[in-house]
Amino acid sequence: MELARTIRSMPFTAMLGIVVIAVYAVVAIFAPLLAPYGEAEIVGAQFEPWGGAFLVGTDNLGRDMLSRLIWGARNTVGVALMTTVLAFLIGSIAGLLAAARRGWVDMILSRIVDILMAVPSLIFTLLALSALGPGVMNLIVVVAIMDSTRVFRLVRATAMNVMVMDYVEAAKLRGEGTWWIIRREVLPNITAPLIAEFGLRFCFAFLTISALSFLGLGLPPPLADWGGMVRDNASLISFGDTTPLLPAACIAVLTVAVNFVVDWLLHRASGLKD
Amino acid sequence: MTEPRKRHPLGRMIVQRLAIGVFTLFIISVLVFLAVSLLPGDIAQQILGQSATPETVAAMRRDLGLDQPLITRYFHWIGGVLQGDFGKSLANGRPVADLLATRLPNTLFLAAYAAVIAVPLSVLLGLLSAMWRGSWFDRGVNTLSLTAISFPEFFIAYILMYWLSVQWGWFPSMADPGSNPSLMDLVQKAFLPAMTLVLVVSAHMLRMTRAAVVNVLGAPYIAMARLKGVSKWRIITRHALPNALAPIINVIALNVAWLITGVVIVEVVFVYPGLGQLMVDSVTNRDMPVVQACALIFAAVYICINILADVLAIATNPRLLHPR
Amino acid sequence: MLLDIQNLKVEAKTDTGWTPILHGVDLQVNRGEVVGLIGESGAGKSTLGQAALGYAAPGLRFAGGKILFEGTDLLSMSDRLRNNFRGARVAYVAQSAAASFNPAWRLLEQFCEGPQIHGTATRKESEAFARELYAKMHLPDPNNFGLRFPHQVSGGQLQRAMVAMAMACKPDLIVFDEPTTALDVTTQIGVLASIRQAVQSLGTAAIYITHDLAVVAQMADRVKVMRDGREVEEAPTREMMAAPREDYTRSLWAVREFRRPERKLADDAPASIRVAGVTAGYGAIQVLKDVEFSIPKGATVAVVGESGSGKSTTARVITGLLPPQSGHIEMNGQVLPARLQDRSKDQLRQIQMIYQMADTALNPRQTIRQILSRPLGFYRGLSGKAQTERLHELMDQIELEPKKFLDRLPGELSGGQKQRIGIARALAADPEFIICDEVTSALDQLVAEGILRLLSRLQDETGVSYMFITHDIETVRAIADEVVVMRYGQVMDRGMKSMVLDPPRHPYTAELLASVPQPDPDWLTRRIAEGAA
Repeated sequence: MELARTIRSMPFTAMLGIVVIAVYAVVAIFAPLLAPYGEAEIVGAQFEPWGGAFLVGTDNLGRDMLSRLIWGARNTVGVALMTTVLAFLIGSIAGLLAAARRGWVDMILSRIVDILMAVPSLIFTLLALSALGPGVMNLIVVVAIMDSTRVFRLVRATAMNVMVMDYVEAAKLRGEGTWWIIRREVLPNITAPLIAEFGLRFCFAFLTISALSFLGLGLPPPLADWGGMVRDNASLISFGDTTPLLPAACIAVLTVAVNFVVDWLLHRASGLKD
Repeated sequence: MTEPRKRHPLGRMIVQRLAIGVFTLFIISVLVFLAVSLLPGDIAQQILGQSATPETVAAMRRDLGLDQPLITRYFHWIGGVLQGDFGKSLANGRPVADLLATRLPNTLFLAAYAAVIAVPLSVLLGLLSAMWRGSWFDRGVNTLSLTAISFPEFFIAYILMYWLSVQWGWFPSMADPGSNPSLMDLVQKAFLPAMTLVLVVSAHMLRMTRAAVVNVLGAPYIAMARLKGVSKWRIITRHALPNALAPIINVIALNVAWLITGVVIVEVVFVYPGLGQLMVDSVTNRDMPVVQACALIFAAVYICINILADVLAIATNPRLLHPR
Repeated sequence: MLLDIQNLKVEAKTDTGWTPILHGVDLQVNRGEVVGLIGESGAGKSTLGQAALGYAAPGLRFAGGKILFEGTDLLSMSDRLRNNFRGARVAYVAQSAAASFNPAWRLLEQFCEGPQIHGTATRKESEAFARELYAKMHLPDPNNFGLRFPHQVSGGQLQRAMVAMAMACKPDLIVFDEPTTALDVTTQIGVLASIRQAVQSLGTAAIYITHDLAVVAQMADRVKVMRDGREVEEAPTREMMAAPREDYTRSLWAVREFRRPERKLADDAPASIRVAGVTAGYGAIQVLKDVEFSIPKGATVAVVGESGSGKSTTARVITGLLPPQSGHIEMNGQVLPARLQDRSKDQLRQIQMIYQMADTALNPRQTIRQILSRPLGFYRGLSGKAQTERLHELMDQIELEPKKFLDRLPGELSGGQKQRIGIARALAADPEFIICDEVTSALDQLVAEGILRLLSRLQDETGVSYMFITHDIETVRAIADEVVVMRYGQVMDRGMKSMVLDPPRHPYTAELLASVPQPDPDWLTRRIAEGAA
């Protein structure tokens, strides 16, 4: 009943967002079944036009574009999701620790984050990747660390707001330990903003990884990956062929969908304050 | 005025901010330096290739100063940087400073071009949608800006390129300004990359400006002004803006980050010979001295702009301007 | 007639739509008359007061009725005309002057803004008028006072400056919305005197909104009692004070009748808690200086003082949240470790706390059962059937039906019920000693009295000792055996209630007592005559 009412009060944009996210999830999970050809399978000539055997043509090496778009959902979204989860683990554990312990723990963690945020994250990421070299693991770890700084700030700030509540003081006076207080008193009260933040961080990680792939520093070939596919086929644009826009649109549609849902979540959480 | 003047808190805070800024710059320079020095593998080996004899590698190491302790090497490096000597490119052996000299002005021009349009545009749009909160205008701007920040930068760039250049032919798709172009030439050639940046940066900036202004408009003194019979326009310009100035300045400075991120990608898309493209190429080739120099310059610009914003925000705070 | 509000309906925006908060209220104000609006929180007083300016706060809307000012309906006016009218003919004084002055403007600029936009006076004239009013309000250095920024002025002065600003255009009507609620009593009396003097000297009509009966008695010619967005009754002040017609009004009048007799304690009664020469503070700022008092077993000791007196800091030292710089805390004659972390579980169990804001004292995501069973399990290892039995016992003690309440969330309870849960949580630990931090000041008066009665009954049943932190003398009179008077972090006076208060022994206690408004319409006049303000 609660759910039904929530769905009815949902704006059109949020509903659309949820549907789109569901479609992407299905495509990513069932990619091997849905894709007509293999991920790296060369099936035709270079840059074959749309229609015929290849619904949206072939790419610069003669691989089926549609198949690669479908495999790309799995690779690009999967890597971005892993990155976000890692960023959340790092950011929220550090943030909760800083809020609960205060003092020097908070000092040190906050100063590290200040330093990491004192530079645009793409620049740091480029620097780190050039030092560490390419590779999926390096990519995930570097982007996750950069992304975790924002999670840290949000978790720390919201947890601090809860930590000053009298019910937390009551728990401290009772003699409860730090982790009990975090788990039972703090976490249940900050889940709403955290869920919205997860969406935002996913978008950020997803766009960053796509941008890096586009720059040739992301997922290594022959993995199908939307950012890299734009790069591989970019030259077609000058000939008036919109094929390279397809993978870019795949990225854009998903981030728009996630952002629509997050926007609605944030609006709901802020209640009537606005 | 017989008593000795007390130290002004404003001055003290500004000095404090500057000190923090200089310290941050120092830490960043150490990080940039370490990123290369802790690199797995040996630069000398890398330069000379696998076929080099141990003797030539050792000589190369001595030449590069790699046999010195880390701290000595850092101060040697940073000392050079401060005098404009960024070392030599590993890729072509040219002094990095020469590469920067041709690339940096191009990037600065592109960024300034975009900022000159994006800043007034987004502050105005943010202000208007905060004023008309909940109206169709607000909702339209919200949806559009949400869409724009959801698009990858290269998507926006290629869309603009496809329509404005390939289909309609209004602007060139390749943005190489060539040598000694006139200003009009530059404005025309860099139009598409600049527009891409404007779209990316404005979306972020106007959303944050709106949030800052909405926050100020919720303050009790705004309700008080309405109850005094102050007109809507005067409330915005006289009551809200002086208090929203500091947050807006911070928003602008913060969004320089998007400008820098955008510059890197946009330069690659439009083959614009700037610092961003240079950095991406060097990362691909692992040309570390160039990567270091580019990272340091981008970082320094961003940090300096943020210090400037902090100082301005402090200087517009009445509590600090007029202490008790 | 100056203002005539007829059958006014106002609605508030909620998740599901618009709910009415004013259900058709009338209000008439004649020229030069002061009408008091009184009621508990949520009565709709402020909404009605702001409606006199044709203003509905964000999230509210007018849903019917008329607001006639000299016969013109404010609701059917154009925005421009209404703006010309606001501030010029009707002015508003807000509760929090600190938040309601623009921080970026000097006070004088804000004073002159009204006359300037309404064109009622030249800049020179309004500056002169400002100085005149500042002088009348006893503000320091009235000639230069206006050159200050809001943050450079104290709370009481700022509130007076706001009254002066409201008068800048010489309006016909001023709405005072709880103008002294945020102030300490010794500051409040001066502001009340200034308001009354200013209103009388200009002959301005006023609507005076407050929840404090004693205050409205000083200020208003006529009083309207409100409850839940409806009028309860209206009558001339003296008439209503003498003979309220409605039961609800009578209950408001009668709330202060609970008086627990002071219990005489033997001089050598053992102390439950002793605060021994405590000096404490945050960093370089010293908040407590050599504080010394004790709380006898089974007794209630009230610690009174205004904001900044160090009452709450004392509580933090006792609980171990703030280790003292010197001195110590004793429990049952034994010195307690200074830091919370160094105390044993049993020592922690013995000292419990009840908070002012029940809203922030209970975790909104835990059910009442979870909240109450944690201390039972944590301290005494109770679980299963034994725990359920004790839970039911606790709920019975606080007079809430266990079946109905145990599985609710705090958000589903009223303010008084939440405060009872806070009491039960403290009792669940079987403590020796409970600190009650302003436990009644956020509650409406009837509810507050219920809480005081409950606490005193529980003390009789369990023999627990209370330290009662409060700024309200009436609460002290109602429940305390002994009193500690604090100011600037020092103990001014302490002893049996009768010795300290009746008559006041220390000059500061005397000032404190004399500043508390009495429900007697002549009280303020008398105090002014005595030279208090």
